[in-house]
Amino acid sequence: MNIKLTINGIPCEAPQGSTILQAAKLNGIHIPTLCYLEGIHKFGTCRICVVEVEGARNLQASCMVEAKDGMVIHTNSKRVRDARKVMYQLIVSDHNQDCLACDRNQDCELQALGRELGVTDNPYYGEKNENGIDISESVTRDMTKCILCRRCVSVCNNIQGVGVLNAENRGFSTIIAPAANQPLGASDCAFCGQCTVVCPVGALKETSHQERVWAALNDPNKYVIVQPAPAVRVGIGECFGLEPGTSQTGRLVTALRRLGFDDVFDTNWAADLTIMEEGTEFLQRVKAAVTGGKAVLPMATSCSPGWVKFIENNFPDQLGHLSSCKSPHMMMGAVLKSYYAKKIGKKPEDIYVVSIMPCTAKKTEIARPEMYNDGVPNVDAVLTVRELGDMVKSAGIDFLALPEGEFDSPLGMSTGAADIFGLTGGVMEAALRTVYEIITGRELPWPDLHVPPIVGLEQIKEATIKLEDVKPEWKILEGFEVNIAVTSGLEGARIIMDQVKAGTCKYHFFEVMGCPGGCITGGGQPRPKDIFEARKKRMEALYAEDEGKALRKSHENPALIEFYKEWGEPCGHNSHEYLHTHYVPRGKYNDLTEETFVVK
Amino acid sequence: MVTKINSINDLNQIKAAYEAELGKYKHQILLCAGAGCISCDCGKVRDAVVAELEKQGLADSVKLIETGCIGTCALGPVVLILPERTFYVQITPEKVPALIESHIAKGEIMEKYTFQDKLTGEFIPCIDDIPFFKEQVRIALRNCGAIEYASLEAYIANGGYYAAEKALTSMSAKDVVDEVKASGLRGRGGGGFPTGVKWEAGYNAKGDRKFIVCNADEGDPGAFMDRSVIEGDPHNLIEGMILGGYAIGATKGYVYIRAEYPIAVDRLDVAIAQAREAGLLGGKLFGTDFEFDLEIRIGAGAFVCGEETSLMASIEGQRGEPRQKPPFPFQSGLFGCPTIINNVETFANIPAIIKDTAAEFAKVGTEKAKGTKVFALAGDIVNSGIIEVPIGTPMRRIIFDIGGGMIGGREFKAAQVGGPSGGCITKENLDVPMEYDALIALGAMMGSGGLIAMNDETCMVDTARFFMDFIQDESCGKCAACRIGTKRMLEMLIRLTKGKGEPGDVERLLELGQVVKDTAMCGLGQTAPNPIISTISNFRDEYDAHIEDHRCPAGVCRALTVFEIDPQSCLGCTLCAINCPVNAISGERKSPHYIDPALCIGCGVCRDNCRPNAIHPTKREVL
Repeated sequence: MNIKLTINGIPCEAPQGSTILQAAKLNGIHIPTLCYLEGIHKFGTCRICVVEVEGARNLQASCMVEAKDGMVIHTNSKRVRDARKVMYQLIVSDHNQDCLACDRNQDCELQALGRELGVTDNPYYGEKNENGIDISESVTRDMTKCILCRRCVSVCNNIQGVGVLNAENRGFSTIIAPAANQPLGASDCAFCGQCTVVCPVGALKETSHQERVWAALNDPNKYVIVQPAPAVRVGIGECFGLEPGTSQTGRLVTALRRLGFDDVFDTNWAADLTIMEEGTEFLQRVKAAVTGGKAVLPMATSCSPGWVKFIENNFPDQLGHLSSCKSPHMMMGAVLKSYYAKKIGKKPEDIYVVSIMPCTAKKTEIARPEMYNDGVPNVDAVLTVRELGDMVKSAGIDFLALPEGEFDSPLGMSTGAADIFGLTGGVMEAALRTVYEIITGRELPWPDLHVPPIVGLEQIKEATIKLEDVKPEWKILEGFEVNIAVTSGLEGARIIMDQVKAGTCKYHFFEVMGCPGGCITGGGQPRPKDIFEARKKRMEALYAEDEGKALRKSHENPALIEFYKEWGEPCGHNSHEYLHTHYVPRGKYNDLTEETFVVK
Repeated sequence: MVTKINSINDLNQIKAAYEAELGKYKHQILLCAGAGCISCDCGKVRDAVVAELEKQGLADSVKLIETGCIGTCALGPVVLILPERTFYVQITPEKVPALIESHIAKGEIMEKYTFQDKLTGEFIPCIDDIPFFKEQVRIALRNCGAIEYASLEAYIANGGYYAAEKALTSMSAKDVVDEVKASGLRGRGGGGFPTGVKWEAGYNAKGDRKFIVCNADEGDPGAFMDRSVIEGDPHNLIEGMILGGYAIGATKGYVYIRAEYPIAVDRLDVAIAQAREAGLLGGKLFGTDFEFDLEIRIGAGAFVCGEETSLMASIEGQRGEPRQKPPFPFQSGLFGCPTIINNVETFANIPAIIKDTAAEFAKVGTEKAKGTKVFALAGDIVNSGIIEVPIGTPMRRIIFDIGGGMIGGREFKAAQVGGPSGGCITKENLDVPMEYDALIALGAMMGSGGLIAMNDETCMVDTARFFMDFIQDESCGKCAACRIGTKRMLEMLIRLTKGKGEPGDVERLLELGQVVKDTAMCGLGQTAPNPIISTISNFRDEYDAHIEDHRCPAGVCRALTVFEIDPQSCLGCTLCAINCPVNAISGERKSPHYIDPALCIGCGVCRDNCRPNAIHPTKREVL
């Protein structure tokens, strides 16, 4: 049912239950906002979106107040304009105004708002809430820039269910911080970086690896190899003004090559590799379980380092459920510095591996001591999509004018199964494409190789797949019903893990991606205007990448088949040494470990 | 001793038994055990009385009763002896033996220990003749200072729980709502919203669960009304909440009380346990199907939790921060359920309204606001303490008759009414009736009842700074308007008091104040600029003096002030020189003294010690 109201003298209609802000927008009237973020954060802290409602004593925050039938509203009166201007000036008066040295310069919602409000001066000044800078491996918090909008608090608590960031202290001393203002790197933060996506200013951002990558590129003694994750190709275009969901694989490759990387490989290759390792591991566990051996089920995917950190903190006694597989880019790094290093006659320490990731947690992942082989880290630097965009611009590369390029071989070759690693349900679907075929000799029993029940953006998706007419060597699994689940966002992970811990979980295999929707809206992706729209568009683009590939099953990747001929079988000796890992029980507040990810 | 109370007969029996018990004694000694008297060691007085009665063999003829606050907090420890109704003040353990011997043993009133009128020097032994008490009408405080606070029987003997019995057994919930509406009672916590209308909304609200909540998070500087009610008459609050719960259909109530009131928490805790034991809480009451119970929730020290949505967040275990209204608590309150929140004093009026009828209650007060209001008198006033007067009583009568005027006979300059959210009333408006709308018209507000009287040695810029300091410290930090706005206003005021003000600062303060009022999320922020706006509108000249002349007319702002001695009046007594902390004063004995302005720090200690009033503040020439 619609309500009727008058905004700025214009008769308007809006669905019942709309806020004044939504009603105005529907009727083509723009109300400036700052803290509000549709679908994520509705908290009313900034007071910028205030409007005059006739009959109300005070100005009303239009993002919070429901539009009512018959309301007469003024969004642009002198009283409103004056109030917004003063509110803006107040917020700026408590903000680090070193804008020229801020990496959000010209990409800052606060700056843009000032321009929009026409503010050209500021009579208000005084003490600033200086809480300093806190650097973790993944996320840098510059609290001198925080405007206390609390979007990060909403994302961390309500969307992710991690609950590390919260308001602390009171009044002017209020800060947003982990409990007791401990460094983020010492907290239970999963480093998902969703807070860095929603931060309107430069207060929360990825800890930059740009300088170290420039240094490696300029070092004649380093052989620098780059690998972009699947979801990067559908995100990078937005750094250059393209609409969300515009695949840019070819230009991405060219841009990387022009930046000076010696080899441009593809994490997708390692995604196919992961499927071989993880699929084999799962079958080993199921086989053991069916034959009465010792096996921890359900098995959970381990590609998402945010999820891994989350389970280490919150379910430290349940780590056996995690697949022992390293995440794809770590596997790639390990292969590059062993197998590939030998091939090109380089020492591991002379190879420098850079991962382009839609992720901030990967920056912490490469710092883990488990992620070293032969005395060197598997991966040396992780750039987010945003960082890569900045570097490309900084290098004077006109991205949109680039010709399309091809990944180098052999580790640039991949199947469609690898593309969908970048979205929720993708790892599971890719695994099923291979595992089902290994057991039954047939393709998945759905059209187009997809598994419809696990496609989409719902929080938890489930399916049951019955194994029938299996190959003779798998006859122990004849009739076995595999229960699978897929979740994205750590709140969903907690729901499943609570069941696992309680012993009530019916699944055999579940996929967790730390960010809602998976890597397509990871913490390292460009900041979209509408995150829900961007998530949908990027998902469609990744499925299109998959469907456009000639080969769509990991085990059919010819480069991978060649690789295993030399490497040995999946989950074999080499795999265990280089491609698999173990986890650290950390516990709540990291009570069980001394290790932190604080950058000194 | 108390068995389950199920009917009016049970109440009557308890009342009769208690009265019979009191009848056995020739005297009753009512010893004030309010927070003020406790802080001046009334416990030792009690011990001395007990010992002395024993020693003089009078224990069987005297009943010692510890009461809640009698009201004259500046004169504690105080003792009221019945049946003569003799009021003794500033009693010490040393005075007790003579007092007992004289008054109790010999029947002779010891006049020199009784209340003395500061202006006339006259002793007024009988409490009913003392202007402080004579002008008061006590409804909310009717038992406060009059009965044993820790006794359920005493409360019942004074008519307690009769209202609950009446409502539950002979009135519908709607009848109770209508009666409260008819009484004209308005909320005593600050807003003055009609209580009956609020309860009607609670009554009409749909929900499986509803809550009634008492806001006992009294936090205004200089306010201690609610504390006195809870400490002196906890069962009155419980009964008021039972009635509220019955009226709106809530079976559970919460009393949200600040941790800084441990005595109130203890006494309420005991009273709730007594009520539960007597079947007045915790199950079905008075043989009806109405169930009710109460729980105490202790605040963690945030002023903003006196704001109702923050209070609810705190009860729920969340950070104490306001939420956007609407939805209002009666729509979606505690745990998302319809909730009615009233303040302590509001609840304390309810039993009287139900027991004695709305019509009786409405006889007191003004056309638009019925009943009485409790005020906490503080500041430069002679009789600081707790009073209750009919709404509409002129402020002059409160300050000069009940309050006994200004200390030292100094001139009244202004009174801050309504705490840090209120405003100041100047001497030109001393005859303002203390009533919601009249106070708002003068830029102040009734608030919860804090009344701070200020004399002519008060700087109004500094007063505004004081309240802004309090408010900005208590801002929760959620909305930018209050978090940053109060800080910037405070900083501007501090600059003014240091002589660093700039032309245009007053306009900026007014502009900022208006925006903060207009945009802040909750009542704390929306009223935070009131002291500034109020002092600017009444004392603009003082602000201008600070900014333009770098001068503090009241001689309070030290950075702007030095003191000087009028040689004509100076007696050369040397007291000023002896007390000066920085040795800025020189002069021969019996000849005029001199203050070196370069050394003077403007503290004013010399002025406070000058008997002939020869020392006056003047402008500090070099800042």
